[in-house]
Amino acid sequence: MISDEVAYNGKVEGDVIVTKADAVINWIRSHSVWPMPMGLACCAIELMASAASRYDISRFGMEVMRFSPRQSDCMIVAGTVTYKMAEVVRRIYDQMGDPKWVVAMGACASTGGMYRSYAVMQGVDTIVPVDVYVSGCPPRPEALLDAMIKLQDKIGRESSLSNLRKPRGACAG
Amino acid sequence: MIDEEFNVALLEKHGFLSKRESIDCLTVDCPPDRLKELVLSLRDEDGFDMLVDLSGIDHGEDEEPRFSSVYHFYSLVRRGYLRVHVACPDNEKPVIPSISETFPAANWHEREAYDMFGVEFSGHPDLRRILMWDDYPYFPLRKEFPLAGIDTPLPADDVAEVTKASVEPAPMMGGPFVSAGEGPMSDSEPRALDESWTEESEKPQ
Ligand code: SF4
Repeated sequence: MISDEVAYNGKVEGDVIVTKADAVINWIRSHSVWPMPMGLACCAIELMASAASRYDISRFGMEVMRFSPRQSDCMIVAGTVTYKMAEVVRRIYDQMGDPKWVVAMGACASTGGMYRSYAVMQGVDTIVPVDVYVSGCPPRPEALLDAMIKLQDKIGRESSLSNLRKPRGACAG
Repeated sequence: MIDEEFNVALLEKHGFLSKRESIDCLTVDCPPDRLKELVLSLRDEDGFDMLVDLSGIDHGEDEEPRFSSVYHFYSLVRRGYLRVHVACPDNEKPVIPSISETFPAANWHEREAYDMFGVEFSGHPDLRRILMWDDYPYFPLRKEFPLAGIDTPLPADDVAEVTKASVEPAPMMGGPFVSAGEGPMSDSEPRALDESWTEESEKPQ
């Protein structure tokens, strides 16, 4: 029987592992999601808390916050995206290597939150495709961890080759 | 100490000042063309060595004068405040002399007042917008500007082209969102002022 999961029982299978390429590649990808911390407002403080020892995002292989988009896989948009900043967010997203994912953390990044105003973009999904939205103002670190686990599930379900190059264009909107 | 005696002496010294009603510190009206002279002597002779705040005001579309700028000075020696109010004579093209030569702290404050109200500060070394992007066409804190915003292209053309996004008026959904300001937190957290309408359903007559 060929399992969908990566599983290895030395007694039964000896030195050979039989699995699917997708399963292996996605397993590797989903357990080393290096986040690009896009900390734009108060939510970024909770993002920092989830990286610190009490919540410890490294239990899921995501502790390597990279401040260079070239080295990161998942942009966590934590905070209020103003129209002036939107350009920067999109440029940084464009600089990340494929495959890449985006988490909109908090009410502001998801919908504009309480800022119904001329200066704030009403949801970062207007300019980048968002994979997981996290509710809350700010979300607790547990909520972010939950979102990251959901993202892992999502990565596990994707086809590992076809998402090597995601469509550039517009987003959910 | 800043007391009545000091205030009277200050008003006498600068004859062009007129007193304004105020509930706390001394507040004066100053004509724009005397502002630089006043500020220099406030700093060098009267001991007001700190510019605490500088902001713009839009008194309303039909008001005369419509725009003005308010300065808060603090004296570290005398431990007290002085508020100076300067009205712009022209409503169409409000101009006030910049005081950033005397108080470098005014530099960014004046840029902010320019950005939000369109008040120009003549003689400012670098009068650019500070919060909105450079070619934003409006002055958002003017009374006629809607809180939700006005349709405008995104600042970056290439990003706008790829994402098809633009600056759109925010859905107010019965807003603005205000806090009652009193009572327990559960009742006073910000909520839409008028919950009977949204962008989708008209306000009941
Ligand atoms: S959702 Fe709340 S906590 Fe997060 S950035 Fe917006 S206002 Fe701040």
